[in-house]
Amino acid sequence: MKGAKKARPKKSEPKKNRASESRAKPQPNDLHALLRSALTSGRVQIVDLTQTLSPDFPPIVLPPDMGQSRPFRMEEISRYDDRGPAWYWNNVSFGEHTGTHFDAPIHWISGRALPNNSTDTLPVDHFIAPACVIDCSAQARDDADFLLTVALVKAWEKRHGRIPAQAWVLMRTDWSKRTDLVAYQNLDETGQHTPGPDPDCVRFLVKERDVLGFGTETIGTDAGQAAHLSPPYPCHYYMHGAGKYGLQCLCNLDRLPPTGALIVAAPLKILQGSGSPLRVFAIVPARRSPAWIRTAGDGERSGRARSPRRQVHHRATQRGHGRKHDERGL
Amino acid sequence: MPESAARLRRKNPILRTRQPTLPPASRSRVALGLTAAAARGRFALQVCLDCGTVQYPPREICRECLSHRLVWRPQDGRGELVTETILRNAQELFFRERLPWRIGVVRLDAGVNVIAYVHASVGRAPGRVRVEAALDRAGQAALVAVPEKGRPDLADDPKLRELTCDPRGRKILVTDGKTSVGQAIVRALLAADADLVWIGEAEPWKKITGLDVLRDLPRATIVPLDVTDGRSVQELAGEIGGKVDVLINTADHHRTFSIASRRGVETAQQEMDVNYFGLLRLAQAFAPVLKARAADEPANAIAWVNLLSIFALANYPPHGTYSASKAAAFSLSQALRAELRPAGVRVINLFPGPIDDEWDQLEMPPKLSPAALATAVVKAMKGSVEDVYPGDVAQDWVARHLDNPKALEREAGEGAR
Amino acid sequence: MSVPAPYDDVVLAAPVTVRYVRYSTKAAHWFLGRAVAGLIAAAKVPKARIDGLAVASFTLAPDTAVGLTQHLGMTVRWLDHVPMGGASGVVSIRRAARAVQNGDAEIVACIAGDTNHTDSFRRNTSAFSQFSQDAVYPYGSGGPNASFAFLTAYYMRIYGAEREDFGKLCVAQRNNALKNPLALFKKPLTLEQYLDARPVADPLRLFDCVMPCAGAEGFLVMRRATAEELGLRYVRLLGAIERHNAFPDDPVQYRGGWAIDRDALYAQGGVGPEDIDFLETYDDYPVINVLQFEGLGFCREGEGAAFIRANTFEAEGSFPFNTSGGQLSVGQAGAAGGHLGITEAIRQLTGEAPGARVANARHGLVSGFGMINYDRGVCSGAVLLAAA
Repeated sequence: MKGAKKARPKKSEPKKNRASESRAKPQPNDLHALLRSALTSGRVQIVDLTQTLSPDFPPIVLPPDMGQSRPFRMEEISRYDDRGPAWYWNNVSFGEHTGTHFDAPIHWISGRALPNNSTDTLPVDHFIAPACVIDCSAQARDDADFLLTVALVKAWEKRHGRIPAQAWVLMRTDWSKRTDLVAYQNLDETGQHTPGPDPDCVRFLVKERDVLGFGTETIGTDAGQAAHLSPPYPCHYYMHGAGKYGLQCLCNLDRLPPTGALIVAAPLKILQGSGSPLRVFAIVPARRSPAWIRTAGDGERSGRARSPRRQVHHRATQRGHGRKHDERGL
Repeated sequence: MPESAARLRRKNPILRTRQPTLPPASRSRVALGLTAAAARGRFALQVCLDCGTVQYPPREICRECLSHRLVWRPQDGRGELVTETILRNAQELFFRERLPWRIGVVRLDAGVNVIAYVHASVGRAPGRVRVEAALDRAGQAALVAVPEKGRPDLADDPKLRELTCDPRGRKILVTDGKTSVGQAIVRALLAADADLVWIGEAEPWKKITGLDVLRDLPRATIVPLDVTDGRSVQELAGEIGGKVDVLINTADHHRTFSIASRRGVETAQQEMDVNYFGLLRLAQAFAPVLKARAADEPANAIAWVNLLSIFALANYPPHGTYSASKAAAFSLSQALRAELRPAGVRVINLFPGPIDDEWDQLEMPPKLSPAALATAVVKAMKGSVEDVYPGDVAQDWVARHLDNPKALEREAGEGAR
Repeated sequence: MSVPAPYDDVVLAAPVTVRYVRYSTKAAHWFLGRAVAGLIAAAKVPKARIDGLAVASFTLAPDTAVGLTQHLGMTVRWLDHVPMGGASGVVSIRRAARAVQNGDAEIVACIAGDTNHTDSFRRNTSAFSQFSQDAVYPYGSGGPNASFAFLTAYYMRIYGAEREDFGKLCVAQRNNALKNPLALFKKPLTLEQYLDARPVADPLRLFDCVMPCAGAEGFLVMRRATAEELGLRYVRLLGAIERHNAFPDDPVQYRGGWAIDRDALYAQGGVGPEDIDFLETYDDYPVINVLQFEGLGFCREGEGAAFIRANTFEAEGSFPFNTSGGQLSVGQAGAAGGHLGITEAIRQLTGEAPGARVANARHGLVSGFGMINYDRGVCSGAVLLAAA
């Protein structure tokens, strides 16, 4: 074409490289550049804490006389076929408390009258918050009915520092590694047997530490036998009664540091919602240890092959704590 | 692999699968009265209300007095086999494939001639016989002459075995083995010499003692199946569908709520999701492969059995939403029957009254024990029926329903709040 | 016994056969139309002179005699469609005779014919009648073979007839057919071949069964004066009977309706069985021949086997019978099966039979039978014919 102009070669510029990019100072308010550079350099990872929403994932079991929460179900609308030639999509159905999910205060009777207590009215800035991860995996392995106590929390604080206000407390039990559904639900004639917090512990976290909420790998924030505690279901009762939240069916808590992870947990904005399944993930400072693996979103119940390990050197990101971090308990 | 695998007959995989053929299926409307009675296991003929003459073949007008007032009445079927032949040639593929075939003419004591299949246990004509009405593979009434004394199993005559859905030698899927009824049916099928029973289990984390016991039985194997999950149904159909000869749908979500006694539709949705949509999912996944195997050898797909409820016929308001879900399943089963009939696969519906289980705990007796219901299932399969009303309450309700459905509606609604 | 009015000077003339073929792609209209063409050629009359038409056909459906009038361009003042199978010929004569006798028509063409495709027999049988559809065909789809097997087995049991008796008739018919250029069967048949043939429906075997084919038969009914005006050879109609749904309470059909009216037939004709020079029966199965021997008074009921053993049945035998070979050896062109005997009888009595001839034939009896509506042949009839 006549009018086209020839592309003029640019004047030579110094070639940008990754190293120089990372050394280039991002602007203080350029969050994306900040995060992107942190991710690219490996100083920060994203860890997916969410189980896949699938029909196989067990719902909470209530006595049959009660209303039941629906397990996740998919009905295909079309799949590049006569029902829709160029597209694939599904109708899905689930309860608000199906799969990895968020509990809002309105979920429990004790929180029913609080302001901003449903998923559509929760303060949005609560959706990103720090997490304290308390490792109870050894105790839970030995005792399915293990209850987290105040003493254990305080012992954890002695090592890792006081639990800050408005932080998530996540009870790591490695329960999510139970890929056998029967073992995951762990039901017998006396009901469900899964670990959780005891009433004193919950009261402590609510009153003395003003946590944001409590999270577990099991199917409830309360222990499986919590009906027999006093009050029954103390975690739901006290947390929601104080406007706090719950997270359940989390996974990959073993990939989080005891402190320092930032949890992103934003439930669906359901009108008067009591909770919802959600994508919950952690932004985590990377560690020196070769056990750390640089991927996001794998490693839950499916047990897929992991990507090769990579040696990464990081600076400790824990502020004010130059302590050593071992592989497991951190 | 169950022990019996070694003795299971295997199909030669390089041979083409035989396609199903049917006996002649068309009948006049009035002749369908014979089919209606046979569907319930009865032999009935028209009788003139004005002169008492028995009629056959079925007709519109009395052959004696020209009255139009003809009604169907049960017959004892006794008569004389007056002549017979053995066909060596037939014009329809179904019979061509099954030659030679024995038929005879029976002069009933009631005063009419019927042409009938003749059971192998009947001696050569002449001789006394009894005529029964069975259902053939086309779903139409077929008259069979059996010896006057004694009741031979139709399945004992290899030519007549196809009138039945005999579980002997069959591989059968029981969709829910968790309920007491499901477990009783599994046991009854194994006692009736089924080759293999797959026992569907949903929610494996809910342990049921009865199911664990079945787990250890030879010729039984537990398979994951949740009829509310389309993928689960599809996957099981993909895995075992090509071997299933009979599917017995025992999946049942039974709650005891009327419209007013439970707010919200969650429970009713569950009832529909299991009782109606569960049947639909199973039908979509399994019906095509059953049809494809309807004439397979050495064993073919022959039947689909639904455990409905007598409340499918007339709503029982204290269990109002449950009744509606069973009525929906009943209606759908009629569609399924129409889709399976061209392949000769029979849909058998059982309509029991209250069962002696946890959900009918507050129902007054008589109640049907799971074992009795299981016996009724096996009996229906060994016989030649498609609509079964087992137990006293079911028999009572269906009689009232046929007599005056509006009166039954009122009676069933008494005491509802 | 009441004897109906005599047939005065009603005559039959112009026997026409449209050659039989095993299968044809043509419709029934072709065969029936060629029969009419043959009739007007034989009678040397213009088509318009035929003012009456009686038709019998299975495969003409969905058309009847009505459709045929338009198809063949005929305007008639008398029209009948006769759905009585092998009794249609006899019944057509009864209808047409009274019509020409009373001036309702002058020349009635009685035609019957069918086409035959490879699936014609099954189609015709599977939807033959409501009773057959509801209560017979679903039991083995054996067709008429099954129905007549029932009858044959019963007759053999109660009267002690043997297969050899029936075989003798079939062999004799074949011997007759060997001389008939119109017959489809050309090979001799021995009794051994008959007895050892492929079983069809016990006790019937291959040679007990007719071979369905395509073809047509026809003849004209008129008054003697018309026949003489046209210079046609003719035969006189002495008597005719019909009876339908006879003996409905017999458990199995072991006797036919002729037994009820045969005395009236002979009285009407002024002759007796001993005067009959040949008999053309409706022979779709051998046992029915025996029912006709008995029913028409040639032997007593139940004594058919003895009668067979005592006689020979070729055209030159002691009891000339199915002199053309009958349907069993000529072929069954559908509804024309009952007209076959009539055209053969006309030919025998006018000295024009193409095959075996009965010497000095003066009186002939033609019998018709048909329509297994349920478990027995419902229709029956017979005509008594005499040479001019």
